[in-house]
Amino acid sequence: MERIPILKVGPYLLVTIQVDMHDRLAMALQDDLMSAIQRTGAHGVLLDISALEIVDSFIGRMLGNIASMSRVLDAETVVVGMRPAVAITMVELGLSLAGVRTALNVDQGMELLARPGKEGRGGADCG
Amino acid sequence: MGDVSPPEEIPIRDEADVVRARIRAREWAARLGFSLVDQTKILTAASELARNTLIHGRGGRCFVSVLERNGRVGLSMAFEDRGPGIQDVGKALEDGFSTAGGLGLGLGGARRLLGDLTVESRMGEGTRVVGIKWR
Amino acid sequence: MAEKRWAGLGEILLDKEKSILKTWVQEQDRIGTLRPDLMSEADLAQEGAEFLRLLGRGMAAAQSEDLGDPAWEPLRVFLEKVSRDRGRRGFGPSETAGFVFALRRVLLEELKGSKEAEARSMEVVSAGIMSLLDRLGLLTFEHYLKGREEIIARQQQELLELSTPVVKLWDGILGLPLIGTLDSARTQVVMESLLMKIVETGSEVAIIDITGVPTVDTLVAQHLIKTVAAARLMGAECIISGIRPQIAQTIVHLGINLSDVPTKSTLADAFRLALARIGGGPRPQKEG
Repeated sequence: MERIPILKVGPYLLVTIQVDMHDRLAMALQDDLMSAIQRTGAHGVLLDISALEIVDSFIGRMLGNIASMSRVLDAETVVVGMRPAVAITMVELGLSLAGVRTALNVDQGMELLARPGKEGRGGADCG
Repeated sequence: MGDVSPPEEIPIRDEADVVRARIRAREWAARLGFSLVDQTKILTAASELARNTLIHGRGGRCFVSVLERNGRVGLSMAFEDRGPGIQDVGKALEDGFSTAGGLGLGLGGARRLLGDLTVESRMGEGTRVVGIKWR
Repeated sequence: MAEKRWAGLGEILLDKEKSILKTWVQEQDRIGTLRPDLMSEADLAQEGAEFLRLLGRGMAAAQSEDLGDPAWEPLRVFLEKVSRDRGRRGFGPSETAGFVFALRRVLLEELKGSKEAEARSMEVVSAGIMSLLDRLGLLTFEHYLKGREEIIARQQQELLELSTPVVKLWDGILGLPLIGTLDSARTQVVMESLLMKIVETGSEVAIIDITGVPTVDTLVAQHLIKTVAAARLMGAECIISGIRPQIAQTIVHLGINLSDVPTKSTLADAFRLALARIGGGPRPQKEG
């Protein structure tokens, strides 16, 4: 089974998701990422989802889990590169990424991580 | 309302099948000329419903077909399983779901994405969910 | 009935093609359906000749004037092509159908002098031709209309796309001035294009100005709210500016909840807010 590569970019870790996620792959990613955070002492994680055509409840949960788990290890997570069609669909679906910050691209994601963190954007309460 | 083509059957036995169902749904949606946003909605709904069939229905099948009514073309996806069934269909359709991993089956969301969703379920016998998106 | 209904007439057409063609063009001129400004005489003559040839062949082979008869297929296909082509060139509907109707009189005259007409009753023959040409004329008309409808639909789509300008107000700040009444379809297109522009330019803030919008209904308001939510999911913020008191009232009246959406009454205020959000200074561009 292939594993999703995790790169170190400055003080942060960058994960670029480019394949269809399924259960085992998601579990493996979470395991690998937590080990990497511990090993490198990184204080931020960038999840690049610009290649994802959809974010369904499964992937939404995975992103949320990664953010929660990373926070326990004192690392903040930012999800970057969400496609407009995906965002529109998530709003329609009523899917919220509460607790997960987002940015348009990796650069802006890194800036966000560099700023003193607080509960950021990403929680979309769609009426 | 007529079936334009015989339904394509896709088994839903494992995670790989969920991905496969999604890919087929995308190919059909693109072929029928749905907009990019609509394609994304169809894919996402397909993924939710396929996963439901796998996890709650303990596996099943998906039937994809093209419909025509009053000059409009529609993509129909029917998910069938022989699982335990849904106790309260009305409530399942209402539920939203959260990333905290609630029990929400996402049926209400799928209906919002597709526009047309019907659910038939019998306790102990199985469930059939049919979602249609019209162009 | 083995007897081919049009046998003989078909041959007349093939024999006398040139003279029929000449008379036909004259007849079109007489009834005013020629458009030398839209179509050259040479093209017209070529079209006419092809039509007569296909009509003749059809007559030689067809069992009835029911256009569903397979012997009429080449002629039907040809007529569809001609009708759509004329629609594109700018011919009117009667001018297009006139192409066929002008032939009625011409053919009748031609038949009067022929052996066929003597062999069978003149009335039967002429009634048959009238019926056939009427059907062909109507078919032409239908194809013309369908072709026009498609052109109009395409033009509407293009217009929609052109009239949704998203402007860059500053590094990292986009502006979308909405003008005129919004309908659900247009709002959706506009909003999608705004989200695309946000990603393309890497702009963190988008100001949606509705100063030029007289009224906002529930559907439009919902699209606006969904767009703001989608932008936020992506990592950008939307500010809605130009909300007049009347619109504010309508929104409250409709029970729409805008508490999550930053709003300002003027574009200037919105811009000031946007600048504060991005912290001033130039933004790094999105990596290629």
